[in-house]
Amino acid sequence: METSTVGQAPRPARTGSGANTPAPKRSRPAAGKPGGPTKKRWFTWTRATPYLLILPAVIMELLIHVIPMIVGFWMSFIELTQFYITNWSEAPFAGLGNYSASLSFDTSQGKQLLQSFGTTIGFTILVVGVSFIFGMSAALVLQRSFRGRGLLRTLFLIPYALPAYAGIITWKFILQRDNGLLNEVLVNGLGIFDEAPFWLIGDNAFGSMVVVAIWQQWPFAFLMLMAGMQSIPEDVYQAAEIDGASIWQQIRHITFGMMRPINAVLILLLTLWTFREFNTPFVLFGAVPPDSANLLTINIYGRSFINWNFGLGSAMSVLLMLFLVLVSGVWALINRKVNRDA
Amino acid sequence: MREQISFRIFRWVVLVPLVVFTVVPLYVMITSAMKPEVDVQGAFQWWPRNLTFQPFIDIWKTVPLAHYFGNSLIVSLAATLFSVIIAIFSSYALSRYRFRGRGAFSGVILSTQMFPGVLFLLPLFIIFVNLDKTLGITFFYQTLPGLIITYLTFTLPFSIWMLTSYMNGIPRDLDEAARVDGTTAIGALFRIIVPAARPGIIAVAIYSFMTAWGEILFASQMTNSTTRTLSVGLQAYATETNVYWSQIMAASLVVSVPIVVGFMFLQKYLVAGLTAGAVK
Amino acid sequence: MKIRILTAGITAIVLAASLTSCSSEPGGTDAEVKTITYWASNQGASLDNDAEILKPEIAKFEKQTGIKVKLEVVPWSDLTNNTLAAAVSGQGPDVINIGNTNAVTFQSTGAFFPFDDAALDKIGGKDRFIKSSFATTGAEGQTPTSIPLYSQVYGLYYNKKAFADKGLTPPATWEELVSAATALTDASTGKYGIVIPGGTVNASMHMAFIFGAQNGGSAFDKAGKPTFTSDGMVAGVKQYVDLLATDKVVNPSVAQYTEGAQAAGDFARGDAAMYMAQTSSGNVLAQNGMTEDQYGVVPIPAPVGGDKIGSFVAGTNISIFKSSKNVDAALEFVKFLTSDEEQAILNKAYTSLPVVTGVEGRFTEDTELLNTWTEILTDFSKPLPLVPGVQAFQANVGGAVVSLIAQAATGGTITTDTVRKALDEAEQKMGSTK
Repeated sequence: METSTVGQAPRPARTGSGANTPAPKRSRPAAGKPGGPTKKRWFTWTRATPYLLILPAVIMELLIHVIPMIVGFWMSFIELTQFYITNWSEAPFAGLGNYSASLSFDTSQGKQLLQSFGTTIGFTILVVGVSFIFGMSAALVLQRSFRGRGLLRTLFLIPYALPAYAGIITWKFILQRDNGLLNEVLVNGLGIFDEAPFWLIGDNAFGSMVVVAIWQQWPFAFLMLMAGMQSIPEDVYQAAEIDGASIWQQIRHITFGMMRPINAVLILLLTLWTFREFNTPFVLFGAVPPDSANLLTINIYGRSFINWNFGLGSAMSVLLMLFLVLVSGVWALINRKVNRDA
Repeated sequence: MREQISFRIFRWVVLVPLVVFTVVPLYVMITSAMKPEVDVQGAFQWWPRNLTFQPFIDIWKTVPLAHYFGNSLIVSLAATLFSVIIAIFSSYALSRYRFRGRGAFSGVILSTQMFPGVLFLLPLFIIFVNLDKTLGITFFYQTLPGLIITYLTFTLPFSIWMLTSYMNGIPRDLDEAARVDGTTAIGALFRIIVPAARPGIIAVAIYSFMTAWGEILFASQMTNSTTRTLSVGLQAYATETNVYWSQIMAASLVVSVPIVVGFMFLQKYLVAGLTAGAVK
Repeated sequence: MKIRILTAGITAIVLAASLTSCSSEPGGTDAEVKTITYWASNQGASLDNDAEILKPEIAKFEKQTGIKVKLEVVPWSDLTNNTLAAAVSGQGPDVINIGNTNAVTFQSTGAFFPFDDAALDKIGGKDRFIKSSFATTGAEGQTPTSIPLYSQVYGLYYNKKAFADKGLTPPATWEELVSAATALTDASTGKYGIVIPGGTVNASMHMAFIFGAQNGGSAFDKAGKPTFTSDGMVAGVKQYVDLLATDKVVNPSVAQYTEGAQAAGDFARGDAAMYMAQTSSGNVLAQNGMTEDQYGVVPIPAPVGGDKIGSFVAGTNISIFKSSKNVDAALEFVKFLTSDEEQAILNKAYTSLPVVTGVEGRFTEDTELLNTWTEILTDFSKPLPLVPGVQAFQANVGGAVVSLIAQAATGGTITTDTVRKALDEAEQKMGSTK
């Protein structure tokens, strides 16, 4: 890439230093950069460099995250219904009305939010747990080479590579009551049920949603765990084998031990992604899912775009945000402790 | 290495169910796409009794699939391009500089990543709609540029985070040596860091492209019939008169193949990029 | 206040970008050739089919008036969203079709051109329209923001052969309907007495409205407050859900029918002997291979002693956007589409009923069938509640009925209390903040 022009030309030398300042120097004493003494002036191009580098990102972050979050926070305090979407500055102030509506658990509204919260937690634990177990098992058995390993690896990754809706919509077809494969197997093939069960409505919907999410999610766990395992040096295993350790002991003591940092990142990522899952229920059930599968994100979505009550949706969003901040704070604390102990 | 019997059994116990679990939906997608519509409406058939490729022809007529395909391509490419470029600069800053506000900046990057998209969808919807109204233009709401902006809400932070991790893994001696030789910061970035970080950059690009390609939440509210992307457009095969399952399967297949093939070619980079963060 | 400043901030930042890329729409073309954009709803069998029907008529209009019309057919799934988007952003077509269910909701956004007396005069005056159709054009006591275009009602389709085989006559009361359906049901062969759109939210709201009305219930009181849990509404919804829950004359699979088409398919294939649907379903049945001589239509019957309501006044209205730069041309176009000649042509093509007096429905040669539909419209129909919350009413009550059907299909017992609880939850969602 052509770089020198990009690097030096664009900033007009306003404060006098500019592009012709001698190149290597440190921005701040702590930076650990090689070079000369720290300048006393509050502005130098060197010191500004990191800021200039992050400037586009900062602007974008402001536009797409920070400002919307502030707006969202403000929206949660007004009665933003269909009448005020265009004149939102005229929407009546609701005070904590939206919050008390979300959190009064004796009304259906609050009860639904609470139930939705529980559903989301259960969904997250199941999907992350099973995906991790599947991914770990597959990575372990594919760690040692044997015939067909490459093929299986590729195969397992397909569900992850598939666009989300393509995979989910195929599952939706499989789970159809009358012409789906699942009931064909269960009712006509194995004869487990006399009457074809429903998989997309009622309580079964939750199970269907979990299975479909695992199908999409576990290959990612597999991908990362496999990569992590490959970075464990072979001689560690060989040394252990000379010491007479069985495969199981090697897995327990070497693999699991070395994989700890990867596991931590992986579980965090999986948890965050699963917690905010929207695609699976939306494609399987549409914008109004059965109660058993009413995840928080889709609940907020429905509250806002189906019922045209953006104030309430925003209040629920803010509550969700607070919860996530809390959880990740706890995670960071635990993780710090784990790292220190290790 | 010697394999114990118990481990071999374990291998079979793990692989057989996982292969079935993975393959069955793929099999259903492929075979159902090759069945006539009437056969798909009836009880499920394991093997297509009447093999046909008609659904692959019909999909382009029932729904303006090519148009949606183009929209998806534009949006995904643009979102990828923007996030990669922005991420290169800011990751470099995060990885090589200690500056005031660094903690706050990376804090924002990290934390926004964990919030569900719906948190941003609501205010962005209101902001876009009102911006268009105030300015008297159609630039944000239900347009491709607007959709691209919303896609940056999830592609950008992840790109920055992943690329920073990757750059942290590149030995500092490399660029510091160049800096001593008189290269500017930007010069070092493009001459040393970017080439060294290529796998990481490719990984970021794949990730951004794939998530944008599969995105549904924003697309469902921020598009209209002209700006519709595949993720929402595919639902149009359930029309007022019929639900065309075989066409849905055929279309799913058609929109997936390029992505899956591309992914398979490039997945080793994704692995490298993803694990760099974990094993720094 | 703060937000205004913020908005202004964003505005300033993005303005530069938008200025460069904002394409200048040919809105301000020279005065001689006026162009209006028209979003038509999907009335026919497909979007293409709609375009085929409308294009020759539009050509006629262009020739008569010299006004150019840019046509876009929008599927119903997009129409509400797109309309709302256009309403809030002020960027939209000039003329648009809306479901008359939403007329008041859209009116409340203030984005639509009000048809005052002067405007009404330009399209031939209010008295040209059938009263019940015109009642759907906006909230009572306010200047209407839409004009009726196509009218539809619900009817009970029955399979003539299935009825003849069992020696049955079309039901005149709900009790007769249930007993006929029971006689026609044979679950072991997959034949059922009746099919309902069990998983379809908006159709389920329609059903709740119709059967609620039969039982003297009303979804809103005079002040526009929701009264979903009134005895009449609860009884009506229960009457409907019982078809599946206790009478067992419905295939439980319907709980997954999220598209109206799936129910039509069952009826057309002969898997269900009766089918409650709107006038235009004739088109869908034809698409599925069922010809007009194979079915008959009667009003959806009420229980003995109930109110004889078999439908609400469904249909499509046409509106003009306030932001239109060519209101006069748009009015011209509305006048054209609601003219006697076009009403006859279009309603024939769409198997719907004309909205103006003096034009007879002509979508079928079968005069008996036509008379039944007209009779339902005039004698058995009640307008939907004319309140702005009707959109939310549709989502919440429709959703409640869908979940009740789902419960019934998965073996749950549906009691009056279950129904009341579901409707109560729907009602609470309506006025959530206050």
